[in-house]
Amino acid sequence: MLNRRRFLMSTAAAGAAGLAASHFIPAFAQDAPQLQIFVPAAPGGGWDQTARAMDQVLRGEKLISGSQITNVGGAGGTVGLPQFVNQWKGKGNALMLAGMVMVGAIIANKAANNLTEVTPIARLTGEFEALVVPAASPFKTAADFVAALKADPTQVPVAGGSAGGSDHILFGLIAKTVGVPATNLSYVPFAGGGEALSALLGNQVAAGISGYGEFAEQVKAGALRLLAISADKRQEGIDAPTMKEAGIDVELFNWRGVFAPPGVSDADKAAMIKLIETMAKSDAWATECKNRNWTQILLTGDDYAKFVAEDTARIGTILKDLGLA
Amino acid sequence: METLGHLAHGFSVAFSPINLIWCLVGTTLGTAIGVLPGLGPALTIALLLPITYQVAPEASFILFAGIYYGAMYGGSTTSILLNTPGESATIVTALEGNRMARSGRGGAALATSAIGSFVAGTLGTIGVAFLAPIVVKFALAFGPAEYFSLMVLAFITVSAVLGSSSVRGLTSLFVGFVVGMIGVDLQTGQPRFTFGMSELLDGVDVIVVAVGLFAVGETLYMASRRYAGKDDIVPLKGSLYMTAAEWSRSWRPWLRGALIGFPIGAMPAGGAEIPTFLSYAIEKKLSRHKEEFGTVGAIEGVAGPEAANNASAAGVLVPMLTLGLPTSATAAIMLSAFQSYGINPGPLLLTTQADLVWGLIASLFIANVILVVLNLPLIGLWVRLLKIPAPQLYAGILVFATVGTYGISQSPIDLVILYLLGAAGFLMRRFDFPTAPVIIGMILGPLAETQFRRAMTISNGDWTVFYKHPLSLTLLTLAFIGLVGPHIWAYIEHRRMRGPEHVPGDA
Repeated sequence: MLNRRRFLMSTAAAGAAGLAASHFIPAFAQDAPQLQIFVPAAPGGGWDQTARAMDQVLRGEKLISGSQITNVGGAGGTVGLPQFVNQWKGKGNALMLAGMVMVGAIIANKAANNLTEVTPIARLTGEFEALVVPAASPFKTAADFVAALKADPTQVPVAGGSAGGSDHILFGLIAKTVGVPATNLSYVPFAGGGEALSALLGNQVAAGISGYGEFAEQVKAGALRLLAISADKRQEGIDAPTMKEAGIDVELFNWRGVFAPPGVSDADKAAMIKLIETMAKSDAWATECKNRNWTQILLTGDDYAKFVAEDTARIGTILKDLGLA
Repeated sequence: METLGHLAHGFSVAFSPINLIWCLVGTTLGTAIGVLPGLGPALTIALLLPITYQVAPEASFILFAGIYYGAMYGGSTTSILLNTPGESATIVTALEGNRMARSGRGGAALATSAIGSFVAGTLGTIGVAFLAPIVVKFALAFGPAEYFSLMVLAFITVSAVLGSSSVRGLTSLFVGFVVGMIGVDLQTGQPRFTFGMSELLDGVDVIVVAVGLFAVGETLYMASRRYAGKDDIVPLKGSLYMTAAEWSRSWRPWLRGALIGFPIGAMPAGGAEIPTFLSYAIEKKLSRHKEEFGTVGAIEGVAGPEAANNASAAGVLVPMLTLGLPTSATAAIMLSAFQSYGINPGPLLLTTQADLVWGLIASLFIANVILVVLNLPLIGLWVRLLKIPAPQLYAGILVFATVGTYGISQSPIDLVILYLLGAAGFLMRRFDFPTAPVIIGMILGPLAETQFRRAMTISNGDWTVFYKHPLSLTLLTLAFIGLVGPHIWAYIEHRRMRGPEHVPGDA
């Protein structure tokens, strides 16, 4: 008897958790469409947060009646992608989250499917990256850092996220631009920006590269010095030059966007683009982005497709230089 | 004393009726999900993140903290009774806890784990309130070289769980290394032992391995020996709760466990598993009842690791609240919840969000009280689980393990791995190979490897970093003493005790 009680208890727990994730269709919005969002990552990460913020804003603006979020995590999205391509084919009300991380993972993991097989809808947000040093570092400017890197890259250990991820790619791009061979770099990968942060605060490494949001509070508190950011222009409230201004001709956004499945009708595609554009222009979306340090870099349809193709080529080259592809 | 004022204010926030209800909901839900392998606090909080759109920040963090602490309690219940660890931090608890349950002391094992969790959780929370700035400074001094030395020390001490035959124990340990290496290598991005399967690129979850080896393997073994008439489970022998002797054997391990767990939990790469291993090894070493370890189950081996795991759960909050550094999956999800409110955790959090932080800390104290009140009366109920006849009980465990494993990532591949490991666990049990070292190898091996390679990258290939850093040298020295100390001691004892005739082979 008790194992039944235990079973009921566990299903109750799972049910309670599930309840919060999915939403009942509110009566006032019966005519609005129901959206299905496919997140090729575990709950809690950047794509998942984007999906849940989208759900929140779209429902708040009464653009959809509700949405169902499916998580299939693993290997930078390359576990979920084949499922979206094969099993979600033709679903006009479905969207998949993806981004620069998946572009890199597809190349590095030599995945069977890639982003040319899905229907580009919109690039939504990006997080620009930051080059930081500990407060006690002798590097006062990005130029100091570049000079040291040119002198002997092996003496400048740089911490960041996992090998082949956006942080590593940016480091590779910086090195390439200033003429340092990528194979000589001393890159110290950590499981994420947080762990890399501890290495910086403990003065274990010379510099760090990660999303600006990971370092923002430490920069404000004076524990880290921000040398440059990878955005296209100076950012309000951030006292640091862009990489280009600092003499490193690199621009990089760790972008996130949405794709529809393969084989959707043109009408569905156009409707979906319109839906996402309306959402992206709402105040509620602007607030979500501001709270999470996401920069809005909206790009839709064919422009988006062109951008994905260019970014794939650029990332492919740099991963090859870094010996990862 | 300023802290006390803040804390008093925090209690006034946490004691509002609505926040107390959130705390109760969180701890209850946390206990339930801790019981189920796979459905951990990180996943649950992630699924509950949308709640942050609806309720005040204090309320949602009190809920999340309740889930986090509750899961630590719940995880030990299934480890002890069913040998099915719900959380990686309670794997060690299963070692002695399940032995105790089999020999009729399940109630005492559950009690020492609940009370030990309360004691250590409270001590840990006091640590968060009063020592956070000091502890974090110490934790940041740990770089890759120091972590590697800590792993060396951990490897030396875990020889305690290798079992009677070191060849068999080491074999198991190395099997664990291999399993731990499956997946994309963090340092180079190259896949290892994945056989071209994208599902294996992220590696194998340690819970799947623990449940496969312990629960499924054990079930198969029991099924194969159904008619051999051995290894009967005694539901209850003697008192339901702890006897006076058990109390006196428990309190020191609780305190030692808390002392080990809190600082390691506060380290950015510390985690909850390593302190439980260390605590287990220390308790085994210090116990006057060594013969009970691995046979009828020693209460020290439950009390210490359980205390260590709960203290480390509190320790994890130190870098999160003082630096905005998430050091566990659960902390990372809680950070993203902060961001939903437009709060950026960082060094300024304590000053800018005093209400929230102190309310959270106060609610941790309350959560601990609620949990012990919630769990102690349930022990009688839980222990009756063992009265279920063996075939039904083991069938239930199998269903439970399968459902739980599927819950981790909804991946059918995980189920295949679970049953392959179950078969391996059965063979290991049949041929007398210990299974615990597999788990230890799987956790410690990749950590040691990663930290070693990081240290070598930073030092540009210079080996001397490991003894040039004072902290690292200290840890290596301790490891060395741990390795040769007992032998030297035994030799001295031997010389002193030895009479005129030499006794061969008593090493």
